[in-house]
Amino acid sequence: MFDAIDLSLLALDAPGWGGALLKGFLRSVELAVGGYALGIVIGICGALAKLNGGRVIRDLAEVYTMIIRAVPELVLMLLFYYVGTDLANRGMQALGYSGFDIDGLTAGILVIGLVQGGYATEVLRGAIKAIPRGQIEAAQAFGMSPFKVLTRVTLPAMTPHALPGMANLWMIATKDTALLAVIGFSELTLATRQAAAATREYFLFFFAAGALYLTLTLVSNAGLRWFEKRARRGLTAAS
Amino acid sequence: MTEQPAIRVKGLRKRFNRLEVLKGIDLEARPGDVVAVIGGSGSGKSTMLRCINLLEIPSAGTISIQGEAYAMRETRQGLQPADRRQVQRIRAQLGMVFQSFNLWPHRTVLGNVTEVPVHVLGVPRDEAEARAREVLDRVGLGAKLDAWPAQLSGGQQQRAAIARVLAVDPLAMLFDEPTSALDPELVGEVLSVIRDLAQEKRTMILVTHEMAFARDVATHVVFLREGRIEEQGPPDQIFGAPKSPHLQQFISSVA
Ligand SMILES: Nc1ncnc2c1ncn2[C@@H]1O[C@H](COP(=O)(O)OP(=O)(O)OP(=O)(O)O)[C@@H](O)[C@H]1O
Ligand SMILES: [Mg+2]
Repeated sequence: MFDAIDLSLLALDAPGWGGALLKGFLRSVELAVGGYALGIVIGICGALAKLNGGRVIRDLAEVYTMIIRAVPELVLMLLFYYVGTDLANRGMQALGYSGFDIDGLTAGILVIGLVQGGYATEVLRGAIKAIPRGQIEAAQAFGMSPFKVLTRVTLPAMTPHALPGMANLWMIATKDTALLAVIGFSELTLATRQAAAATREYFLFFFAAGALYLTLTLVSNAGLRWFEKRARRGLTAAS
Repeated sequence: MTEQPAIRVKGLRKRFNRLEVLKGIDLEARPGDVVAVIGGSGSGKSTMLRCINLLEIPSAGTISIQGEAYAMRETRQGLQPADRRQVQRIRAQLGMVFQSFNLWPHRTVLGNVTEVPVHVLGVPRDEAEARAREVLDRVGLGAKLDAWPAQLSGGQQQRAAIARVLAVDPLAMLFDEPTSALDPELVGEVLSVIRDLAQEKRTMILVTHEMAFARDVATHVVFLREGRIEEQGPPDQIFGAPKSPHLQQFISSVA
């Protein structure tokens, strides 16, 4: 089966499938970036809720992270996708927007973001707790508003502690995009399956898709290393 | 008319759950006063100091800065600040120096010193940097502008922390055992900076275990014991002729 691999099948233009694969790849990257960013926002809110919230808020955050961690991601995604879009559509109809349909990319980002948010909450909570209390008190003692304390001290000071865990989450985000193939989202994995099925060149296309995922990982690893070095400047300076 | 006290504490009480740590403190610092607060471990010195900028919320009593009292309101959890903006505004006029320095590790020395002027007080960056260079020069760190806190010795970090406070030109400075975390050979450099500030008549409240230093720079000494001011007066009287037996014992134990 290895003797006649026809690389022209990877050509960008039809009848080659390269273009479709690349488009799927870009979709995957969009999903991963969007979902990851949303996950960070949810994670910051979740971490603050757990650390500083009142009882009710804290419990809500607790339930959220527990569900995210306990239920398989695929199930969560199906749940968020079908139940979520259904609720959104019904809600919009109730408000008088008929024919409203949440678009696929937004839905995918929401779904990945909600899952990522649960894990990010835990990572960021730990990172914030690792900041010596006095650094935050110093900011408060100088009259910083809570928002300024958050953006000028808490977030930058926790970043070095959060980075290993958050780098991990980024890797998971890129791979979670493949799960969206199940709900018919034409990201890289689904595009690959279609190409492979149409041409029966399974090895070629899945190999190509693997190479794309790997490239993404390698590139983002380099980026994360640079960012980590930068965020740790003040901490590693001593040694 | 007498001069308005820079800091005035009246009937200050503070309890942590069951434990009453401050049991009615009255204290005043007039402009130019250097009030040294001494007392045994656990007597409430830090708690009192932290109540002045509301890092701890008093259980009772009033605290006024330059004649303006913190607005407080009763809640089921006890007193709470009623006006967050007022608290922030007053805090920005009080510079606190901590035992553990508490510099922000993700900013350089210069970044630490310009942080509050630029991001809280809205001073233009170049102006704030010029001022930062000035105050860092004064504390002997003019050559360390671009260093990270982790690269400094404890004494240098504490001097940077003092510069960070000087950069906002506070109405009064609050020191909580500024030399207690330092190796003995580094204590002198920090004390000499504080001595300079005292000599230029900066208002300060200084919690310290350095008795000789307190006697030297203070205009007024307060001896705290079990949450009360047991004795207070000019340094020569407190250290030279203490009345309370507890104070006598305390002084001989630390001397
Ligand atoms: N956040 C807190 N919760 C409960 N108890 C506290 C808290 N802060 C301080 N205390 C208690 O209040 C008492 C006074 O503490 P404080 O730190 O004011 O003493 P201090 O005079 O500064 O002592 P030291 O010389 O050791 O610094 C101590 O018994 C301490 O355990
Ligand atoms: Mg103390």
